Amino acid sequence: MSTIVKLPPQEGATLPRRSYLNDGYGLKSWLLTGDHKRIAILYLISITFFFFIGGAMAGLIRLELLTPQPDLVASDTYNKLFTMHGVIMIFLFLVPSVPAVIGNFVIPIMLGAKDLAFPKVNLLSWYLYVAGGIFTLSAMVLGGVDTGWTFTTPLSTHYLNTHVITAALGIFVAGFSSIFTGLNFIVTIHRMRAPGMTWFRLPLFVWSNYAASILMVLGTPVLAIAIVLVALERTIGIGVFDPARGGDPLLFQHLFWFYSHPAVYIMILPGMGVISEVISTFSRKRVFGYTAVAFSSVAIAVFGFFVWAHHMFIMGVSNYSALVFSLLTMLVAVPSAIKIFNWTATLYKGSITFETPMLYAFGFIGLFTIGGLTGVFLGSLGMDIHLTETYFIVAHFHFVMVGGMLMAYLAGVHFWWPKMTGRMYPESLSKLAAVVTFIGFNLTFFPQFVLGYLGMPRRYHAYPPEFQVLNVLSTAGATVLGVGYLLPMIYMTWSLKYGAIAGNNPWQATGLEWQTQSPPITSNFVETPIMDHEAYDYDWLANKTTHEVTTVG
Amino acid sequence: MSHISPVIWQFLEKWLTTFAIFPPQASAIAPYTDALYFFLILITLAGGVIVTLLVVGFSILYRKDKNPVATQIEGSTLLEATWTIIPLALFMVCFVWGALLYFRIYNPPTNAMNIYVVGKQWMWKVEHPGGQHEINALHVPIGKPVQLTMISQDVFHSFSIPAFRVKREVIPGRYSTVWFEATKVGTYHLFCTQYCGTSHSAMIGDIVVMTQADYKAWLATSVSGASLAQNGERLFASLSCNACHSGDAAARGPNLANLYGSRIQLANGSLTTADDAFLRESILNPSMHAVAGYAPIMPTYQGQISEEGLIGVVEYIKNLNSNYRVQQTLNTTELAPTQQTGVEPGATSGTRSGTAAPSVPGMVK
Repeated sequence: MSTIVKLPPQEGATLPRRSYLNDGYGLKSWLLTGDHKRIAILYLISITFFFFIGGAMAGLIRLELLTPQPDLVASDTYNKLFTMHGVIMIFLFLVPSVPAVIGNFVIPIMLGAKDLAFPKVNLLSWYLYVAGGIFTLSAMVLGGVDTGWTFTTPLSTHYLNTHVITAALGIFVAGFSSIFTGLNFIVTIHRMRAPGMTWFRLPLFVWSNYAASILMVLGTPVLAIAIVLVALERTIGIGVFDPARGGDPLLFQHLFWFYSHPAVYIMILPGMGVISEVISTFSRKRVFGYTAVAFSSVAIAVFGFFVWAHHMFIMGVSNYSALVFSLLTMLVAVPSAIKIFNWTATLYKGSITFETPMLYAFGFIGLFTIGGLTGVFLGSLGMDIHLTETYFIVAHFHFVMVGGMLMAYLAGVHFWWPKMTGRMYPESLSKLAAVVTFIGFNLTFFPQFVLGYLGMPRRYHAYPPEFQVLNVLSTAGATVLGVGYLLPMIYMTWSLKYGAIAGNNPWQATGLEWQTQSPPITSNFVETPIMDHEAYDYDWLANKTTHEVTTVG
Repeated sequence: MSHISPVIWQFLEKWLTTFAIFPPQASAIAPYTDALYFFLILITLAGGVIVTLLVVGFSILYRKDKNPVATQIEGSTLLEATWTIIPLALFMVCFVWGALLYFRIYNPPTNAMNIYVVGKQWMWKVEHPGGQHEINALHVPIGKPVQLTMISQDVFHSFSIPAFRVKREVIPGRYSTVWFEATKVGTYHLFCTQYCGTSHSAMIGDIVVMTQADYKAWLATSVSGASLAQNGERLFASLSCNACHSGDAAARGPNLANLYGSRIQLANGSLTTADDAFLRESILNPSMHAVAGYAPIMPTYQGQISEEGLIGVVEYIKNLNSNYRVQQTLNTTELAPTQQTGVEPGATSGTRSGTAAPSVPGMVK
């Protein structure tokens, strides 16, 4: 298998003398930094920490479900495990993953800017994220919370005496982190593009993060309101949701899903951006139908706001509003299909190589296709009645969120790792990890579709014995999947010291971030770059490389 | 296989032969749901196969060894239109098909028999009109449409019968309904599918489908106490509903006889149908549902009557087609011996129970 990695000769290779990594030493230079790259690294460390906590809980859940009897932990503990798994994975991992780590690092460089528009707000969002994380962890350490990540009233307001308020506060605070990140991206993308960087020369990664940022800024406040109302209802009993006081218990679900459905697109859109970059780079070809891919991101963001009630088809919403929401749900599936076909068409007549990010991207395309199409099952009204609240839902959103988003995140981390650290990860080990993840993932979640159609409800601590074989398969898969996630953790850490030195542009990619040194200097560029070509212009790159005068820094 | 311990072997054999991959098809709706399911699987397979073939095919055809220089292609409006319109058309088919199925599942036939379900942490209480009570079980006859009117006493629950492909949220403070027609005798799973707290996964039960003859026999042997309507009548009397809802032209409250199912003009000008939900709401929040032409003087019964009690009263009002017994009850309660002439004591069995008010089931004490 050929590779396009053109590493500088390793005997004399050195890292650049000055970079953002050695511009200031000590904890303070990191914790008080305004540099978007350093903040991205802070995010990378903190979300990895939370990912493994959330992952450990998933492991315990799967272990419990190995047998039909409730034997490993008590029911309350089991409920706390899946609640914390959901809260941590969604609010502390998936939502910030690609935007706050990869977006934070590469968006300003892709735009040719020195930093984000508001560096201090950027640092504040990390501190808010950490504060949210600490609240969530303290809710866990103090005894846990068992509302489910959806905080459904009146269960969360009147029937549980666990640490609901603490966890809710955690989500509330982390929400502001997400709002600030979104705001920062929007302003930066509008105001800080380099000369010549028009909207239609932006890399598609920027487009998709832009769409996600709009969702963050408009959607997250609604979640904040819903959470505040839950807290007020719980503490002083304002009666907004309590039917005994004339409140409407369904109102909470409207408010909650008004954020939490767009949140799904907040999570997946930046991942789609990563896939556009990776597919283009490793097929050496501009993305097929650039404008279609860019506008499909915007279409997803727009339609994404008008489908929330598809989570409530069996809740007694009126039949006619169910019709409208089902129709809109079908419409939001179309831009995703457009993207899949455009990525596939990008491969046509390309010159394809199979580095690790590309393998993850292929995994994404396959799993996201299944995840997306099973979403059509759930958007189809009559089918949803049987499938909702079962393991089919669990399988569907794990295909989208883990099979899609997490694959994209790992593709992105591998893809930009040389730029972030200046060093390569070990290629063959990482290919193994990508394959192990793919196999483990399918083994874990495919049986859950079957379980769902059989009717096994989600969030069940115990289940009828005839479901055991499929659950054992799923648990076995989760073990494999766990190995697939631990591997990158280990070899990425190893590569920080022992990885081969990457050089500026190991992938021969076209983005502006690849035209500066790896790792970049604090101000990203020595002089402001001028964009005089389209995104993904490989002819420009070939031309540039042949005429380049290498300066020794 | 002699070296495998027979115990393990038996265990494995049992394990693998009892393992299910498709749920039983036991209701009239199930074949329709399964047909849509197979259609959707077909679309998914087609989509998955097309994408996989393209990705794998292009990866082989245009790998770097084979195609060292990529050909730059801008895009193609025709292709974009193709892969917008074809998925859109397929999704529209799924939408229409799903919508038709949804209306079929959620619009009960008019001849459905009604059974009440009350959900609470963590059990299902089933109330048959004839006074049969069940916990975590529901007996239904085969080949007869059954409608469930459900309500939760505390948090959200969800009543799910996978073998029938039906499910509906059970909501606190609001009736929701679901219907089905069982087609196969047997015992099937009943699950609560909405997370409801500690013992969520223990909130399960059995749906027992019986032949019509067996069902009749079961009904006859399972009666405990009075029918729902009789309970309702007792509550109606003990809460002195009859003091105002006497059916007289001059009464302070509206006439309730033959009220169920009729259109009602409310004081705020809107029209509504007197269904189960309206009756229940009018008892708990009377001022919100004041009927045109009557002063809004009815007090709320919130907290004075349990969900089962409400079901009884609703069932009683539903079946009320004359005010004769209402007025009999009134007389007994107020001990006013007027218009008693000509009434047989035996015809007023309901009136006597009015005096037993303190021990009426369904009262909140």
